[in-house]
Amino acid sequence: MLDLLLPAMLGGLGIALAVGPLGSFIVWRKMAFFGDTLAHAALTGVALALIMEIPTGFGITFICSLIALGLLYLTRLNYFSTDTLLGILSHSALAIGIIILSLSNIKVNMMSFLFGDILSIGFKDLYWIFGCSILTIIVLSIFWKKLLAVTLYEELAKVEGINTKMVDLIFVGLIALVTAVGIKMMGVLLITALLVIPAAAARPVSKTPGEMVLFSSLIACIAVLIGLSGSVLIDIPVGPAIVASTTVLFILTQTSGKLSRTRI
Amino acid sequence: MMKQSTALLTFADVGFHKRERIILKDISFSVKKGEILTIIGPNGAGKSTIAKLALNLLTPTTGTVTRLPGCKIGYVPQKLFFDHTIPMTVSYFINLIHPKPTKESIQDTLAEVRADYLLDQSIHRLSGGELQRVLLARALLMEPDLMVLDEPAQGVDIIGQQELYRLIRQIKEQRGCSILMVSHDLHLVMASTDTVLCVNQHICCSGHPDKIGKDPAFFSLFGEPASEELAIYAHHHDHSHNPSSEQNCSAHTCNTGQNDKG
Repeated sequence: MLDLLLPAMLGGLGIALAVGPLGSFIVWRKMAFFGDTLAHAALTGVALALIMEIPTGFGITFICSLIALGLLYLTRLNYFSTDTLLGILSHSALAIGIIILSLSNIKVNMMSFLFGDILSIGFKDLYWIFGCSILTIIVLSIFWKKLLAVTLYEELAKVEGINTKMVDLIFVGLIALVTAVGIKMMGVLLITALLVIPAAAARPVSKTPGEMVLFSSLIACIAVLIGLSGSVLIDIPVGPAIVASTTVLFILTQTSGKLSRTRI
Repeated sequence: MMKQSTALLTFADVGFHKRERIILKDISFSVKKGEILTIIGPNGAGKSTIAKLALNLLTPTTGTVTRLPGCKIGYVPQKLFFDHTIPMTVSYFINLIHPKPTKESIQDTLAEVRADYLLDQSIHRLSGGELQRVLLARALLMEPDLMVLDEPAQGVDIIGQQELYRLIRQIKEQRGCSILMVSHDLHLVMASTDTVLCVNQHICCSGHPDKIGKDPAFFSLFGEPASEELAIYAHHHDHSHNPSSEQNCSAHTCNTGQNDKG
């Protein structure tokens, strides 16, 4: 029992640490839909990687970069708004991914790709998860001020000599990275929830961006623990259990913020 | 030190096109050391485009924009919208400047723009005038040689506007930095500028604000001077501000306006 649960718990907490800072920026930059699109596209990446027998991480990174570049190009055309473009890319990628998986002769459990299977995480996955989490946290802390500047006032940041394109590129790269490691646990449909909901839950109780990042990591960690225990105790799927826990925490913090009557 | 006559920023025959459409043409002017130059013009005249060209956010289609090498530029954008999803205090916001300013310099600069009482406030709760003063302080903390202000008084009430323009004048006098300002209202900026550039795609007229106020080219753009605006200007010189008599002041203002016209 412990052999099965311990890596799952550690892996979940490892991801939870990284989703605090990354998810906060996704909420601040209004990129929730973008994150969702990358996650959906990752399924195509997984499918391609399985067919070509390369590590899934490479497949995901490749497809995510392709989607990010495609979006950049399509926005420049100025023909459709970004949310329409994301809607097109997101669902096309999801559909194509599922088609490729069904056509291939590889036997896979589709449900585990869509909704994740945290219990499939083994001890060897932990290196990969913690490596990526720590890398994400380090990169975000190095670029903390620049990222905030680009988020708050892009033009001002440009005038003040910040390479906004590079900052954007690094940020998108990190989303792709965390998506890639998070998919095994949460699945392509639920990973964005773990990025967005804890950050949104942390907002009413935070006065500064730093606080929001810490609180959202904390909330994500709590949700992982509650979700895992819930899953063990009443036999429900882990991914949805974790997401539902974040939802409960979200409702709690929103109402507590309302009660204290202070909008900070 | 730079010489008195050195131009920090020079526009030479600058034109700017956006897809086939001409936004600006034949724009030539320079901002000298310690000068306040104000660009005025109706909506859509290309004022903000000039500011963006000055800041190198846009590249001119024709002509050249030159900045004096090593000239530090501070920018106060037209309107900075702080999304409520980002928790942010004034203090945190100011400290995002790179390199991080010292505690004393933050205190001093905020006091200079009369915003020191805002330090621990959430940035989402500031009034229009307070936010503009914080943005001004932020730009000043970067110790610029040239400040570019794009409609600094937008969304600020009339009393706040007067205070803001007085502050800008004071900044120039105390720090000796040059200021390029965009505004749509000549009469409000009149007392606080050295040169006015009246723009509507091209430069209609330019010179000292008193002269511009009498220029036929100016009237053709803005119409005859409105009594209200003149009154505000006169009012500004007549009184020192006493918040308790605000009501009386504005009543008085109207009268002055009519007197001036007649």
